[in-house]
This record gives sequence, C-alpha cells and structure tokens, in this order.
Amino acid sequence: MRLELDGITKRFGPLVANDHVDLTVEPGEIHCLLGENGAGKSTLMNVLFGLLHADSGEIRIDGTPVTFADPGEAVRHGIGMVHQHFMLIPVFTVAENVVLGFEPTRRFGWLDRRRAHAEVRRLSSEFGLEVDPGALVETLPVGVQQRVEILKALQREARLLILDEPTAVLTPQETEALFRIMRSLRDSGRSILFITHKLKEVLSVADRITVMRLGRVVGSTTPDEADEKSLATMMVGRDVELVITKTPASPAEPVLQLEQLSVADERGVTVVEDVNLEIRAGEIVALAGVQGNGQTELAEAIVGLRPVRSGVLRVEGADLTDATPRERIRAGLAQVPEDRQADGLVLSMSIAENLILDQYDAPPFARHGVRDLSAMRAYGARALSEFDIRAASADVPAGTLSGGNQQKVVVARELSRKVKVLVASQPTRGLDVGSIEYVHRRIVDARNAGAAVLIISSELDEVLALGDRVAVMYRGRIVGIVDPAVGRETVGLMMAGAGEVPPPPPAVNATLGPGDGS
Amino acid sequence: MSVATSSLPVGPAGEERDFIQSATGRFVSQRRVRGMGVFLLLLAVVMALPFGLNVPSGVSAIFTLTTPPSVTVPNLVQPVRAVSIGLAIACALVGVVLIARKSTRGSYLVFSFGTVLFLWSFLVWVGRGTSLNFVSLLAETVIYSTPIIYGSLSGVLCERSGVINIAIEGQFLAGAFLASLVASATGDVWFGALCGAAAGALFGWILAFLTLRYGADQIIVGILIDAFALGLTNFLLQEIFTNHPNLNSPPVFQNVAIPLLSKIPILGPVLFDQSAIVYGAAVLLVGIHLALFRTRWGLRVRAVGEHPKAASTVGIHVVSVRYGNVIFGGLVAGIGGAAFTVGSYGQFTSNMAAGLGFVALAAMIFGRWRPFGGLGAALLFGFSISLVSFIGVLGVDIPSPLLAMAPYLITIAVVAGLVGRVRPPGADGVPYERE
Ligand SMILES: Nc1ncnc2c1ncn2[C@@H]1O[C@H](COP(=O)(O)OP(=O)(O)OP(=O)(O)O)[C@@H](O)[C@H]1O
Ligand SMILES: [Mg+2]
Repeated sequence: MRLELDGITKRFGPLVANDHVDLTVEPGEIHCLLGENGAGKSTLMNVLFGLLHADSGEIRIDGTPVTFADPGEAVRHGIGMVHQHFMLIPVFTVAENVVLGFEPTRRFGWLDRRRAHAEVRRLSSEFGLEVDPGALVETLPVGVQQRVEILKALQREARLLILDEPTAVLTPQETEALFRIMRSLRDSGRSILFITHKLKEVLSVADRITVMRLGRVVGSTTPDEADEKSLATMMVGRDVELVITKTPASPAEPVLQLEQLSVADERGVTVVEDVNLEIRAGEIVALAGVQGNGQTELAEAIVGLRPVRSGVLRVEGADLTDATPRERIRAGLAQVPEDRQADGLVLSMSIAENLILDQYDAPPFARHGVRDLSAMRAYGARALSEFDIRAASADVPAGTLSGGNQQKVVVARELSRKVKVLVASQPTRGLDVGSIEYVHRRIVDARNAGAAVLIISSELDEVLALGDRVAVMYRGRIVGIVDPAVGRETVGLMMAGAGEVPPPPPAVNATLGPGDGS
Repeated sequence: MSVATSSLPVGPAGEERDFIQSATGRFVSQRRVRGMGVFLLLLAVVMALPFGLNVPSGVSAIFTLTTPPSVTVPNLVQPVRAVSIGLAIACALVGVVLIARKSTRGSYLVFSFGTVLFLWSFLVWVGRGTSLNFVSLLAETVIYSTPIIYGSLSGVLCERSGVINIAIEGQFLAGAFLASLVASATGDVWFGALCGAAAGALFGWILAFLTLRYGADQIIVGILIDAFALGLTNFLLQEIFTNHPNLNSPPVFQNVAIPLLSKIPILGPVLFDQSAIVYGAAVLLVGIHLALFRTRWGLRVRAVGEHPKAASTVGIHVVSVRYGNVIFGGLVAGIGGAAFTVGSYGQFTSNMAAGLGFVALAAMIFGRWRPFGGLGAALLFGFSISLVSFIGVLGVDIPSPLLAMAPYLITIAVVAGLVGRVRPPGADGVPYERE
C-alpha cells in the first residue's frame, strides 16, 4: 500500500500536536518515525488509524483520498496498529483479546474457543512471541502484554502496519524476532510505519527515517546516511550523551534486604522463589531476566502491591514484609511501576496532582487537612521544567500527555522525595534519548546520595550501563549476581538459564539464591 | 546468543481456562471469611436461646409439604426445642469451619448453608404450635423473585455494555401498567405482556438516546425516567383506571404444570407448576448467560463495557452495541413489570414496583454482573417477602410496618455485608467519547 499524508494538522485546544505533516510510505518499505517525547508521533498515527480526526489535511491510500470516521474503517482499509498504550481488555484472556472482532465461531455465533486458542498458539510459534492463550491479560507483565498486542495486529494481515513503540519493553531477542517478521512482511510488499526511541533499532531495520520535532517534520534520512549521534542531534536539537558515565559505586551499609522471599501470582503459582538479595546504600543492582521470570512480581512485592508468600523484607533493618504501601513510602521507599497507566498515574487527574500523590496530605501541600492548591501548582510548574515534561501546563489531565511525558511524571514524583530505596521497573520505558540521559543521571544521583537502587529492565544495555551489580533472574530465582563487566553474552546466557554462572564479584558480598538454575 | 522466550513459569495450561472464567472474578479476603464465621456463631446463639431453650419442650411446628393437586407428602412434625438446638449446633460448626479454614474458596457456599440453617430454625420457631405450608412458601418465593430476576438481567445487559440502568424501576412501572391495560382491553395476557415489554423497551430507548447521543449523565437520566414513570402511571391510574376499572382487571397467566417434573415431591409444585412468565425468567437467565459468555455477541458486548476504545480499534461499533443492549435491557425489565400485573396479581396499583427495581440492581451487583449471580439475591429477597406475608397471616406479634421493612433490611445487610470487593465492568457508567 502506498500511503500519503498531506498537510495533516491536529490541534488540542491551543496546542498544535501535528503541524502540516507530510509523510509518504511506499509499498514494501519500513518507515521509521523518530522524535522526542511529545513530538506528535502517536497523534499522527491515531489520526491515520481513525482514532483522532485531523483538523485539516488529507490521507491518501494508493492515490485515493480516504477519511476514517472510526478505527473500524481503517481496519477495513487494511491498516493495523500496535498501540503505544495497549488496546487490550484487561479481564479478557489472551485468546479473547487476539480474536476480538474476528472471532472464530460455530453456528449461531457460538465462540469456538478451541480454534481461538489454536490460532493464538499458531501465531505465537510462527512469530516467536510466546504467550499463554488462556492467561488473563491483566495478570501479565507488560512485556507479555506487548507480545499479545503485537500478535493481535499481526494476525489481521494488514497491508499497512503501524507499530507505535512496540519494542519499548521487549527483550533484545524478542525485538530481533519482531524485526524478522517486519522484514518478511516488507518483502511481501506490505508497508510498515515503525516508531521507536532506540536508535540502534532504527539503523538496523529502517528503509527510510522521518524525524519529527514539536509537531513538525524536521527531516528525513536513511540508515546509510545517518548514525546514532546524528539521529539524536536531529531529534533533540542538541548533542546527546548516549552512554551514561558514572563513578564507581561506594556501597555503605545494607538498606534493602530480601531473605528467602517467595511470591505467588494471581493463580497461586509461586513465581518468585526463595530470593535472597541485599542492596546497600549507594549502589545500583540491576535485575536482568526475560519477562515473565518473576521480576515484575518481585518488584511488586517489594513495593507492597503484591503480598509476600513467605520470607522477610527489610528496609534499614525494619521488617516491612506486611507493611502497607503508605508505610513503605514513609519508610523511604520509592517505585517506578512498569505499567505507568495502571499503577503510576491517575490519568484523569492533573499533572500537578499526580506529582504530589505521595505527599498531598503533608505540608506544604496541605495544612490542617486543607489543601494548598497554589503550592501544588507552583511545585508542578517547577517539576515540569526540571524534568522537561512537555505539556501545556501542570493543570492538564495526565492522560493527555504523550507516553514518554507520562513516564517522566512518574519518575519526577518518585525521585523528588528523599528516597532510601528506589525500585524502578522499566524506568525509561518510552523515553527519548535526551530524557533517558536525564533519568539515568537522576538515578545515579540518587545512588550517590545514598539510596539503594533496584532497576528492573528488559533493556540489556540499560542493565549493564546502570547496574553496579547485575542480578539475573530465571524461573523465579536469582541464578547469579555478576559484575556488569562480564558483558552482554554472559548475562544473556544466564537469562536463558543456560549459562555458567560466573563467581560473584569480589568487592561486594552478594548472596546467591539457594538453587542455581541450570 | 539464542535466548528463546521459552518455558515461562506459568500455571495450568491455557486450555483449562475458558471464556467464562475470564469474566469478573470475586475476591474474598480471609478477614471477611472470618467475619462470616463469627456472624454464624452469633446466629447459632440466637437459634439456641430464643428459638430453642426459650420454647417449652413439647411444642412442635408442623410443615405441610403438599399443595392440593400434587403428590401427597407426609407432614413434617418438628419439636421446636430439639430441632432448633440441633440446627444451632450445626450452624455453629459451619461457623467454626469458616473461621478455621485456610483457603477462602467456596466460602460463600459454606456461608449460605449456614444461613439456610438459620432460616430453617426461624421458620420452626415462627410456626411453633401451628402448621405452615412450606411448599407454598417456596412457590411464592419464586413468584416474588421473578420481577427481580428480570430486573437484574436487565441491569446485567445494560451494564455489561457500559451503561448504568437505574431506570429499571421506571421500566417496571411502565411495563406493569401497559400490560394491565392492554391485557384488560384485549383479554389477551400474551399481548399484554408483549406491550409491557415494549413499554420497557421504549424507556430503554429514551435512556440510550439521551446518554449515547447527547452524553447525558446515565444516573441522572435513569432517576428522571423513574420519577417520570411513577408520575405518569399514577396520573393515568387516576385518569383512566378510576373511571374505567374494567381496564385494570386483566386476566393473568395461568400456571402450567410441566408433565412429569411437576410430580416431583416438594420441588415439583415449587418450580414446575408456575406461569409462563416465571418460566420465561428461567429461559432468559440461561439464554443471557450463554449469550454473554459463550457467543461472539457476548464477547463484543463485554469488550464494549470493559474498554470501549479497545473494542472500537477492532472495528466494533461501540454506540450501536450499547443502543442494542440498553433497549434489550429495557425490554427485559418491561417483562419484569408485566410480571407484577398479568404475572400474578392482576391489577395495577400505584407505585407497585415499590423499589424492587433498585433491589434488582442490588441483586445484580451482589451477583457480580453475572446473570446467575443475581439469582441468589433475587431468591433471597423473594423469600423474605413471602416469609413476611406468611408471618402476617400467622399473626406473630411483630408490628407490620417493621415486617414490611424486613426484606429491604435483609437486602441491605446481604449486599453491604457480603458483597465484598466486586469489580464492575471497566467502563460501567463512563460515556464513550469519540474524540
Ligand atoms: N487527547 C489529548 N488532549 C490534549 N493534548 C494531547 C492529547 N493527546 C496528545 N496531546 C498532546 O499532543 C502532543 C503530542 O503527543 P503524542 O502522544 O503524539 O507524542 P509522541 O510523539 O507520541 O510522544 P512519545 O514519544 O512520548 O510517545 C503532546 O504534547 C501531548 O500532550
Ligand atoms: Mg507516543
């Protein structure tokens, strides 16, 4: 399909999210769309998919102008989309989500569950994205939800596939698998519009690259002409430090201690088993692992979103195993949840309100039970500029922010108080290179100020760059704690449960899980 | 490095989970289960003392287990004191089981068993020294429950698609009124019921139109419809029925005994010798349940009620689905309304729904937005109405306004105390805005 966007303009009140955007995608082309957080990429894609309506401009498919009143019409024109914020129904199973709208049925519209499950299993093995067709979506880690969202789009055999940050929470292997699929789709003549913030990915998969800034197209290039540095500069408008430089850690006394911690998932299956981990003040432990190996549940248990089945959790020696989230916050715990929309933000509340959710009832934001709104607003405005959150003002609902800017709000809230322990899951999910640089620096600053930091990330580069030690989880156990210097290969093998576990780094007294998974 | 995303630590194979289980689940905390246990212990004390030891020995209660045409079953003669104490012990044991259990699974079933023991003991106490027709008590329970079942089904249909139907009460009244009028005028109960259904559907359409087209607040529109229907039926009652009482004396649905099944002792007369409108409720109950959880239509309806935007991205037309369901829901509530008049009682009287539309909503919430879930609450409420009318007949000295209040009190206690953490459909009551 040949797609032409001609002069697309989309306003939200005074804000011009898309300003006369022109874009052409040829048949058999993987077209990458790059741009800062809030540049207008998702807005443009939503206009194209019929979720939003352009104020002006024209969409042409194979030369014919089209207008889509709703996404259904876009689907009927052969457009498929993977949404940045998944369009999955939480209380449905994976299979139900994948087949919705295209359900296999028997007579009288009777659902054919067996066929639905078989179909999902077939897709899942064909595309190398493992999912359990019977699992409830809301119980799945975001990485797995991402796979579901991708499978859903792929089964429709769209002629134009829009992928809005599909790789934000995928592991490198899954990303590779997705790229293989994309390339083979391209070779069969389909068009793909691909949005990502990861410049390496752009360079490896794109045929053409279009860069947006502040709602406008600011340039177009190809992987042959560009490199990471030039792309970053083009996007952000300044030079960006792509690799974080940090001083060696100087760990002090232990702050976060997990002793024989076990955690169960919604179905009562033990997904974290006998984990022992000690994180000291002033060090970052990065937790690596393929999604679904218990990292999510471990993080949730630490911050109090999930009960601990057995074992003990201590912060500065105090037993917080059964403490409420509020008590944990008071004890100095901060968290960046992996699903910002479900666990990190109240989307209908303003940015400023979201920024003080952890201290709305304490001075200066409340006195004698009465909130001080002007203090909140002033604080909100400051945070906006400090964390470079792109929004009209701090008073707009958090739900209207671009994905990356929502992430920044969560990070801003959690890093703005005095933290003793920071548990951050996918802390830079969906952030642009400039923002990643900033958030990484803030995390390292928190470490240097004496926080014990636990990072959970599917991004191996992030794990190796940030971690002073790297703990690898496999099937619910920590199978080894290594120095990041051992390199990608070794850590990758350990994540697969296959590698030989190197001895723990000598400087720190790491505690290994009792079972060593091999 | 070839790290496949293999062998996740997942639970039972996917095949074991089916479309039904993906619906809203119930979460019961250990604490709540303990609370239920303690409650049963308290009940046991009541059963043992006022109902048991307080009654002189030698007094018996006689339960008649037969209604005239069906098979004769010998009467059940129960010495009040002994039976109550026996039941009290059983109830206490059930309470202890609840407190001691590790797992919370099936706690509601265990608890319901305990309350049944209490009700039994209460009946024995009420019937002390006389006889009580147990079978007709149950048969009336079914009749009183019928409108509530229709109402809660109506609620399920609407709310599963994301529209709150507070207008059930008004749809009841409209259905009851028109069914009576038309059945009286034409002499045809079926046609009357049909028109009652149509009246409900019309009010359903009004709700749909105002909320879906103009995005009006669902609760407010619903309450307005209730108030409007009450005023309108009262007005017409005055204007038409007082001058033409013959237009308010409809024929009613006759009981139809189902061959063989109606011959079963006790159960037969209770369940299988009822009118078409009662059977209709049963059919709809099963039908809507299957349609909602087993068909494409149901999957789409639930998708729309949970996450309309996601549903629209796969080409489902959110607004049409909601229109359909709200009108269908109104129709079902309209039949429920007809049950008040042509179903059993005949005449239309002022405000005859008497808040049962709201009770039906409570039943639906208690039933976690599932057709069969609401059935339990509907039956409980029907039972309490039927019990109250029996007690009235037996002449127990409890002030009658207090008695009339009892069913509502029971509903409040059950809904507030037992429901626990239920989760409505994700987009329940949230208007769908397309941009
Ligand atoms: N519904 C809305 N109401 C008001 N403003 C909106 C709405 N949706 C998006 N915006 C604004 O439009 C701008 C572009 O947002 P968009 O989501 O397109 O960014 P993006 O390029 O996808 O960014 P990211 O990389 O963070 O996902 C942002 O400033 C955002 O705040
Ligand atoms: Mg976006």
